[in-house]
Amino acid sequence: MADEALFLLLHNEMVSGVYKSAEQGEVVSAAKALEENGRCITKLENMGFRVGQGLIERFTKDTARFKDELDIMKFICKDFWTTVFKKQIDNLRTNHQGIYVLQDNKFRLLTQMSAGKQYLEHASKYLAFTCGLIRGGLSNLGIKSIVTAEVSSMPALQILTQGSIPRPQDHNLN
Amino acid sequence: MAVCVAVIAKENYPLYIRSIPTENELKFHYMVHTSLDVVDEKISAMGKALVDQRELYLGLLYPTEDYKVYGYVTNSKVKFVMVVDSSNTALRDNEIRSMFRKLHNSYTDVMCNPFYNPGDRIQSRAFDSMVTSMMIQVC
Repeated sequence: MADEALFLLLHNEMVSGVYKSAEQGEVVSAAKALEENGRCITKLENMGFRVGQGLIERFTKDTARFKDELDIMKFICKDFWTTVFKKQIDNLRTNHQGIYVLQDNKFRLLTQMSAGKQYLEHASKYLAFTCGLIRGGLSNLGIKSIVTAEVSSMPALQILTQGSIPRPQDHNLN
Repeated sequence: MAVCVAVIAKENYPLYIRSIPTENELKFHYMVHTSLDVVDEKISAMGKALVDQRELYLGLLYPTEDYKVYGYVTNSKVKFVMVVDSSNTALRDNEIRSMFRKLHNSYTDVMCNPFYNPGDRIQSRAFDSMVTSMMIQVC
C-alpha cells in the first residue's frame, strides 16, 4: 500500500535536499559544479552507510550465523533487498574472488523516473544512498568493500561489489 | 544473577563492561579477556561441530571454581560475555539464553541510535538500566 511509497518519496526529498543545501547562493562555475556533485554524492553515500550498519544489525538479529561470503551476499540479495525494496535481486554473479555483480531489472527507486534513457545522467544521485546502504551492511558483517552502481537503461540497475574479508588478528600480538 | 556483563566489538576491544561487586573489577576484566580466545576457538571450529555452526549462542565457555563464563556472538561479530556465580545453580540454560536475547535486542537499539557512532563505548542509559536489571539479584 502507501508504505512502499513512503521510503521512495522520502529518498527523493533527501536527494534534492542535499543538493539544494549544497548550492546555497554560490556562483557556480563548471568545475565547481562537478566538485559539488561529488561532495553531495559522498554525503548521500555516507548516510546510506550508517543506515546500512544499523539495518543489518536489526535484520541479522534472528538469523543463523553466516558460513561464508557467498552466504552473506545471498542474504543481501534475498532478505535484505526484500525488506528494503519489497523484491529480490534478479541476478547474482560472482567470479569467486571477491567480486559480486547484483542485477536488479526493476529498481524501485528508479521506476518512477523513466523507462528508458531519459534522465540517465541524474541516476547516479539516486543510487548513492543504496550503494552506501550495501557498503554499511557489508562492513558491519565484516567485509570491507567498494560498492559501485551502473544504470545502462532505466530502471535496470547493476551493482558491483568488490570486497575482501580481513584476515583474523593474531591474539598474541595484542 | 549475572556478576559481570561485557560487550566486545569485532576488533576485540570492549564496548561496554560492567561488574558487580565493583571492587574486584580487574579480575573480571581479565576473565573476559581470556574468554575471548575461547570464543574465537568456538567460532572457527571448522567441521569439529563443537557448537552448532549456525547458532549465535555459544553456551558455557569455561568454568572456574567460583564462576562460569557464557558467550554469544552476533552476526556482526560483536561478542557478549557473561560471568555468573557458580553457586547460583538454579540458573538454567534457557534463562541464560533469554538474558543474551535481551542483551542483543538492547544492543540493536543502541546501534540504531543516531547519537551512537559504531565503535564507541556504549553510554546509553537505557542499555545500562537493562544490564542492571540482569545483575541486580547478586548479594
